[in-house]
Amino acid sequence: MTVIEAGTSVPEFTLATEDGGAFARGDLLGATSVLVFYPFAFSPVCSDQLTLYEEVLGDLAERGATLYAISTDARWSQAAFKEKLGSSVQQLSDFEPKGATARAFGVLHDGGFTQRAIVTVDPDGVVKWSYQAPSPGDLPGTNLIFDGLEA
Amino acid sequence: MSDLGSAPAPAVSGADHVRGDPGGPLVVFYGDYTCPRCAQAHDRLRDARLRLAFRHFAIAAKHPRAVPLACAAEAAARQGRFWEFHDSLFEDAAHTDDPHLWERARALGLDVERFERDRRDEAVVAIVRAQTRAGMRAGIAETPTLMIDRTMLPGIPPLDLADQLTG
Repeated sequence: MTVIEAGTSVPEFTLATEDGGAFARGDLLGATSVLVFYPFAFSPVCSDQLTLYEEVLGDLAERGATLYAISTDARWSQAAFKEKLGSSVQQLSDFEPKGATARAFGVLHDGGFTQRAIVTVDPDGVVKWSYQAPSPGDLPGTNLIFDGLEA
Repeated sequence: MSDLGSAPAPAVSGADHVRGDPGGPLVVFYGDYTCPRCAQAHDRLRDARLRLAFRHFAIAAKHPRAVPLACAAEAAARQGRFWEFHDSLFEDAAHTDDPHLWERARALGLDVERFERDRRDEAVVAIVRAQTRAGMRAGIAETPTLMIDRTMLPGIPPLDLADQLTG
């Protein structure tokens, strides 16, 4: 399985929002989105990743881009994680059916959780850039996100 | 709109804080005074036979005191006492509230009123922000990260780093 490639139209998917609503492909249209797939809420690298990315949310907003964090954790776990970090990043849960969206994007680990990957989607719902970390333990720097926006 | 895409870390210059063995290998330490792993890195690097430069990688979302402490160190730098203040922040990380910072400044013989003004000075905040953002552009994502000959080494350095670098 490999991460979805640039130039590919984003597949249909449904993720759960923090309040239990649905977030689907149509919600990506009209603006640039940065989808950050991460393995586990509360794990050390994931915690470091979201606090690091919090630092550049303003810069992303200046570019008309919104960052979303996606994992196979349940939305309540994600909510607790977000609160603990003091994060403002919107969390989207790929819990039910578990990993379905991650699979559709080519970022489902054999262990059944999301790989550490970033997918940038343009306002037309086409993948602009994608990246998967060499291992779940590797933390992609913010520079890669902005390289992807310019790709 | 600032550029945050990939760019090499700036070369060490007169604007950097540098100490150690002038003939030793140059190591740039990107760190955060609220980071326990950085305190361990500091322990291992402080007396190593290296030429050591320190740059801030202070992420506000990581810890609310990350940026204020970096600014405090830069304020001490304005009165010529950067390294002493830097050492004290890592070596007594449990005492970093404002009264502790004033006490440190007093103990180092700094003009405390000037220190207090300087650490809130926009120019000082800009130094910390610029170093952090340059580090981000260079691909730094965690602290501590050492830069050796343009190679980034995240994590606590080995005890024998100086020996490894000098062969």
